[in-house]
Amino acid sequence: MRQADLELVHLTKRYGNTTAVDAIDLKIPANSYCCLLGPSGCGKTSTLRMIAGHESATVGDIVFGSANVTNLPPAKRGTAMMFQSYALFPHLSCVDNVSFSLKMRGVDKATRQARARQLLKLVAMDQYGDRLPAQLSGGQQQRIALARALITEPQIVLLDEPLSALDPFLRIKMRMELRRLQQQLGIIFVHVTHSQDEAMALADLIVIMNNGKIEQAGAPRDVFNHPNTAFVARFIGGHNVIPTVNGPIAVRADRLLLRRPQPGTNGLIDGVVRSVEYQGTYVQLAIEDGDGREITATTDETTFDQTPFNPGDPIAISWGERDVHHLSQAA
Amino acid sequence: MTTTDSIPTPRNPAAAAIASDPTLSREDASPLGRVLPGWVQAMPFGLVFLAFFVVPLILVVVVSFFDYNDYETIPSFTTRSYVENFEGCVSQLPDVCTILKTYGSTLKFCFLVWALTLVIGFTIAYFLAFHVRSVTVQMTLALVCTIPFWTSNVIRMISWIPLLGRNGLINQMLVGGHVVSQPVEWLLYSQFSVVLAFVHLFTFFMVIPIFNSMARIDKRLIEAAYDAGANGWQTLWNVIIPLAKPGIVIGSIFVVTIVMGDFITVGVMGGEQVASAGKVIETRLNALQFPPAAANAVLLLVVTLGIITLLTRVVDIRKEL
Repeated sequence: MRQADLELVHLTKRYGNTTAVDAIDLKIPANSYCCLLGPSGCGKTSTLRMIAGHESATVGDIVFGSANVTNLPPAKRGTAMMFQSYALFPHLSCVDNVSFSLKMRGVDKATRQARARQLLKLVAMDQYGDRLPAQLSGGQQQRIALARALITEPQIVLLDEPLSALDPFLRIKMRMELRRLQQQLGIIFVHVTHSQDEAMALADLIVIMNNGKIEQAGAPRDVFNHPNTAFVARFIGGHNVIPTVNGPIAVRADRLLLRRPQPGTNGLIDGVVRSVEYQGTYVQLAIEDGDGREITATTDETTFDQTPFNPGDPIAISWGERDVHHLSQAA
Repeated sequence: MTTTDSIPTPRNPAAAAIASDPTLSREDASPLGRVLPGWVQAMPFGLVFLAFFVVPLILVVVVSFFDYNDYETIPSFTTRSYVENFEGCVSQLPDVCTILKTYGSTLKFCFLVWALTLVIGFTIAYFLAFHVRSVTVQMTLALVCTIPFWTSNVIRMISWIPLLGRNGLINQMLVGGHVVSQPVEWLLYSQFSVVLAFVHLFTFFMVIPIFNSMARIDKRLIEAAYDAGANGWQTLWNVIIPLAKPGIVIGSIFVVTIVMGDFITVGVMGGEQVASAGKVIETRLNALQFPPAAANAVLLLVVTLGIITLLTRVVDIRKEL
């Protein structure tokens, strides 16, 4: 099995006058789980579809290992795509759905069905081989779609919002399974999502996109702790973006120090508590500062109980110098 | 029911009835459904169906067993009309008797027209469904297909005559261009012209149901097939045709039933020289021989129903609709 990196070089997609993906460069190392994260319309799906070969690149290259695959059809790239809402063939049983690509290659029936049953076992769906997709639940359909994508032994699996159609409980269960499968198979997974939680939980490499450009790419911890831009800090969540004389800074919501204002010892920001939400493991406060800007602070239950705040209370906020992250001015 | 007894009675007695009757489903809870049972609601259309379809059909079957002579129909029970129909079918062997020849010819037309309308109709529907991106253009083009229906069948048939006739446009061009020295005779009043007119008139009945089936195919399935390495023909054969099957069968039923029973097109375009099952009935009716006409109608009905049964074996239409 070849172990190769996937590289996007100046990859660009234009539809008429609109640029969906704007000259992005990205290297996805072999055997890694990469999440493309961003708001809708940021170009993440177009990027995925270009890697899959379902959209042609306007400019730029897609290089896999030593091969330039930019103009190859999907089946020649070593990629397999799992579609949003799965796109299972409604007239075919699960076994026939999974073995479809082998049938297209002219593999004989006995061989391809045996192989399909193996794949169904891998996704724990071997009981359901003879059912039609309409007879399965959403989560089960997704497993079939995954088995169908994996049967060609792809080097790269592309997943377009794979968990968005599932209920929250199933979503968490399935994302653990996706991660387990990726590690078991040792191949690249590229996963498009608009959920930060999902990306943080799954990814080796988080790629945050906005307006067709990559805002930041890195390991989840790096991205979360060192957001480059205000956009990243806001999108990844858990941060407050605060303008200062030295440019905008980001401070994590759980690193803010909250005090009652005392005469003569003002905080870095003074404000008024607007709401207090008890979240179980932590308490979340929405604070409005003098300029009407909203700041979110989270604090653990014990700390909160020592100095409880109620909506309407004045509050002084400060933070330690080492919790400050300077953001680039551009965004 | 002890628990429901303790609940205060709802103001609406109908709602109370539904609440206490677990067998009543949500659908039955429509305002009319509370007052009238389903079979009463279906009655008006049922009566129309009974009066204008079932009763005439029974009459046809009854009359087909009547006796007749040159000037009257005699109510009695005889299989004369059926027996006469198949006259000579055994004694003339190995020669084929008239009725079998006629049905053979009708079935041949039926098959040719079905095959041609299927290929042409499928192609047009495929173009509309998969090559035309905008729904507005799709609908416009589908409506354009209906324009020929603004004129009557007969006019559409007759308008072929100046084109195909012995001194028609095509023959003039062929002779004028020295392609042939004599005008081509088989263009009009021939089996060719009958098939041509059928295909011209009825392809649309194939286009619409197939287009309807195709429009419901999720475009991502085509992408999924492409992703799995299927080429265009493989996608067509393994994905599009199986999913368009209900439309193909419905269109086929339209075309087959029309062609099997037709006598006008065969008459006009065949120059009254081509035999067909429908033409036999017409001839008998014109001679006021009602029992043999009825017997032929029953025979035609049985054959057509047989073909449709075979077609529905391919696809369970009720399941697909």
